This record gives sequence, structure tokens and C-alpha cells, in this order.
Amino acid sequence: MIAPVNPAPLLVARGVGKTFSNGVRALDGVDLTLREGDFLSLLGPSGCGKSTLLRIIAGLLSPTSGMLDWRGQMADPSLLGFVFQEPTLMPWATVFDNVWLPLRLKGVSRKAAAPAIGDLLERVHLTGFENAVPRELSGGMKMRVSIARSLVTKPRLLLMDEPFAALDEITRFKLNNDLLELWDDQKITVVFVTHSVFESVFLSHRVVVMAARPGRIFQEVAVDAPYPRDETFRTSPEYAALCRSTSDVLADAMRAGAADAA
Amino acid sequence: MPLEIALDAEEQRRLRAARLERVGRWVLPVAIMCLAVFLWDRVVVWNEIPHYILPRPIDVVRAFVEDWQLLLSSLLVTLKITGLGLVCAVVGGVGLAVLFAQSKWVEMSFFPFAVILQVTPIVAIFPLINIYVDNLTAKLLLCAWIVAFFPILSNTTLGLNSVDKNLRDLFKLNGATRWQELWHLRLPAAMPYFLGGLKIAGGLALIGAVVAEFVAGSGGQSSGLASRIIEAGYRLRTARLFAALILISLTGIAIFMLLSWLSHVILRRWHESAVKQES
Repeated sequence: MIAPVNPAPLLVARGVGKTFSNGVRALDGVDLTLREGDFLSLLGPSGCGKSTLLRIIAGLLSPTSGMLDWRGQMADPSLLGFVFQEPTLMPWATVFDNVWLPLRLKGVSRKAAAPAIGDLLERVHLTGFENAVPRELSGGMKMRVSIARSLVTKPRLLLMDEPFAALDEITRFKLNNDLLELWDDQKITVVFVTHSVFESVFLSHRVVVMAARPGRIFQEVAVDAPYPRDETFRTSPEYAALCRSTSDVLADAMRAGAADAA
Repeated sequence: MPLEIALDAEEQRRLRAARLERVGRWVLPVAIMCLAVFLWDRVVVWNEIPHYILPRPIDVVRAFVEDWQLLLSSLLVTLKITGLGLVCAVVGGVGLAVLFAQSKWVEMSFFPFAVILQVTPIVAIFPLINIYVDNLTAKLLLCAWIVAFFPILSNTTLGLNSVDKNLRDLFKLNGATRWQELWHLRLPAAMPYFLGGLKIAGGLALIGAVVAEFVAGSGGQSSGLASRIIEAGYRLRTARLFAALILISLTGIAIFMLLSWLSHVILRRWHESAVKQES
């Protein structure tokens, strides 16, 4: 699969800003166009407002200024999936019940949901763990449950807030590979928040680098490497070069944030 | 057999210590208890203390055997008040907590009343209850309820408010109604807190029932264990007094063990407090 060429926009954000009641300007003047099939990473130091932007897109926060223009059917919030930094599972519920939750809240019975859940658990390699409870799972497995849950409503847009930040490197690499596979065969659009240059370059074809104080978009970096990307890509000189140039942009962004603060 | 592995001296020592601790946990308290009963008996015999001051343990056993019908029927009366009081405390405590959870304003407005009810000694409130309530069972029940409901209310309120913020966002993102959030998220999340409160409330319901009987039973109206104690005290039937007292203690222990077991069964799969410690 190759990154889509100029597909229809899903979301156009114009001049989005957020100021919290304590006076912190978390975001200022963010312009961003999200297109169908994008894998877009928001990369930046902590405090640059990347999570705030994600929560505004999700509708969990409302912007102080600017507007979000959803295109097509995307106004329907059920077409949106969200993955939190922690697995955020209900500890008392089994894997099946955790994945079932979004459908259950919409009134879908256990029986009617079972085929879709079985299929998803297979895709995230958790077949056989339907009846396990979260504390019986490893950190990586919990994250897989969380991803399966976010996909169970068949969303068009998947928002991920540093989902793999707390995992060890080996697990993270594996989940990165699996996420790309899911992105490919589910034909979804992903916005992925991370503070890892390597992760953002590996996953996405658009890396939006953000700066802090106030949080804003500093520069967008296009990652022009073809998909599918796998372990060969991870060790290629091309990947290393892309990481280096993205790192340079991030370093500039951090200097800009520091200069403004001084 | 894993024990076939050759262990070094340190590991062997650790294993021995662990085994010893397992046995000691049961043997030690039982042994100390037996020793205490034996000393009690010896003190009475050596000092020739009359049985109406301090009966010998064997006299207490005899009182159990001779008066078992009387004691059993009294125990049932006390148990009935305790059980009903606890049920009312659960219904009232959880009900109020759910109401409080609906709005911060409701909680802020009414929580102080619950605190007032809790901090005022029940013995001091009882004369008022005596004036306003006619029915004896209702009186005793009200006392047991007042004493027992607060830990359930306070713990359940805490539990309902301690839901993971991200999980609440998840429910919001999926368009959950207030009722769905309560039923699928807040109530299950509050379960460990509620069960902790229930364990305390079980003992308090018994205390409330016995204290209420004491205050009400001074007129000889009640027929629970407390009135057996008062009556035995008047008549210097000290052995029977001891027997009734022991029954109350055993009841309290039984209630605590029952509720602990219940809590363990409900939480064992998912909550850290009930998960078996792995060696």
C-alpha cells in the first residue's frame, strides 16, 4: 500500500486555540487538514499541546478559538475511536466484555457482537484470552485489548494518545508493526500522539512537529517512505536519515519554545 | 516435584521459615487462648473466688449446656435485629451514595447530616427514639441502622467518585447515558470500597443492636442477648452472663468472617486486595 494521493479531507481545523482557566495557553492558531487514510503523528515535547489537540478533535475538550470543520459523515462521533495512554480497561470485566463495551452502550447484545469481537481479537492476536481479566494480561496485551475496543465500532478515524509510551521497546516495536497492519486492512485514518521521533517516523507519512508555550504547529515533515514498512525499514539507512532530519526539526521546535519562554 | 531441586542453605532456611509461619499463624493464637482459659480456671481455684464473682470455665460451659434454649432464642432475636439493620444500612447507604453521586450539590448539602447522625452517640439519641417510636423492633432496628449505615455511605460515595478519569472519558466518547455510566462503570468501580464499608458495618450493626437492647431492655421488654446479660447480672448468674457475652463475640467474629469471605469471592478475580499473594 502507498500513502494516498490527495484524497478527500476528513477534517479541516482552522485557528484552533485553547486557553485553560488557569491562564495556560495550551494551543494557539492550529491549522491542520486531515485527509482520508492519513497516518499522521503529532510529535513534540511535553507541554506542546499535542494531547490537548487530540482531545479537542475527539470532542472531549472544546476549543477557545477557531473551529473544526468535519467533512462528510465524520460529524457522527461514533465514527471515532480513541486509545488512551494507559490501557484504560475495566479491571472487573473480561477481555470480551471490555471490547464489547462500546457496542453494549449502543444496545448491541453480546450475541450480536460476538462475531465482530472474535474477529478483532484475532487481528490483535488475543484469540483464546476472551475470558481473561486485565490483571492476568501483560502490559502489551492490555494495550491490544484497548486497541481492539477502539476499533469495535468500525471507526473511520482513530485517535491515539501516546498509546505505547509505557511499554518496553520490544513490545512497542511489535505493536507498531501490528498497528500498521491494522491501519492497512481497516482503511482507517490515524492521528497518533507521541514524543518519540523514531516511532513517529516509522509509523506515519505525515509528522506534525509542535512547539510549546504556547502549543502550536511548528513544521510538518513528510515521511516519503513506501508502505508496507517492516523490520527491514526499521534498520534501513533511509529510516535513519529520516529520523535524523525529523530530530533536527524537533530540536528547532524545542529551541523556539524555549526562546519564547525566556 | 519442584522440591527435588537442590536448594542452597539460604533458600532452605527461607522455605523452613515460611512453613513455620504457616503453621504458627494457627497454632499460636489457639495455644495462647487455651493457656489463658487454663490460667483463668487456676486463678479461680487457687483464690477460691466464688462462682457468682468469677465462674470457672467449666461453669460457663455448663451454662451453655443448661440454658442453650434460652440463649439460642435470645441469639436469634439479636441476630434478626442485626441482620435487618445491616440490610437497611446497605439499602440506605448505597441508595444515598448513588443519590450523592448524581450531583456534587446534593452531596455537599446532605453529607453533613449523615456525619451528624454518625458522630452523635447512639445511647444519647435513644431516649428520643424511645419517645417517637412505639414498636420495639422498629426502635432497635433504627438504632442498628443509624450505627451501621455511615461506613457504607461514606465508602460507597468515595468509590463512586474514584472512577478512572480516562474510563469516564471513554464512556462519554461512546455516548453513554448517566444511567449506563452508573451501572456499567461507577457501581462496579465502587464495589471494593462498598465491600470494605460492609465489613465495618456488619460489626457495627451487631454493636448497634446490642446497645439498643441494653438501653431499651432495662425495662425488660426486649428478649435479645443483651437483656439476658442484664438479667443474669441482676440475679448474679455470672456463668450465664459469660455465656451470653461469648455468644455475642462469636456472632461478631462470624459476621466478620462471612463478610470477608463474601468480599473475597466477589473481588478475587480482579482486585489487588483479594488476589492471592504469589510466593
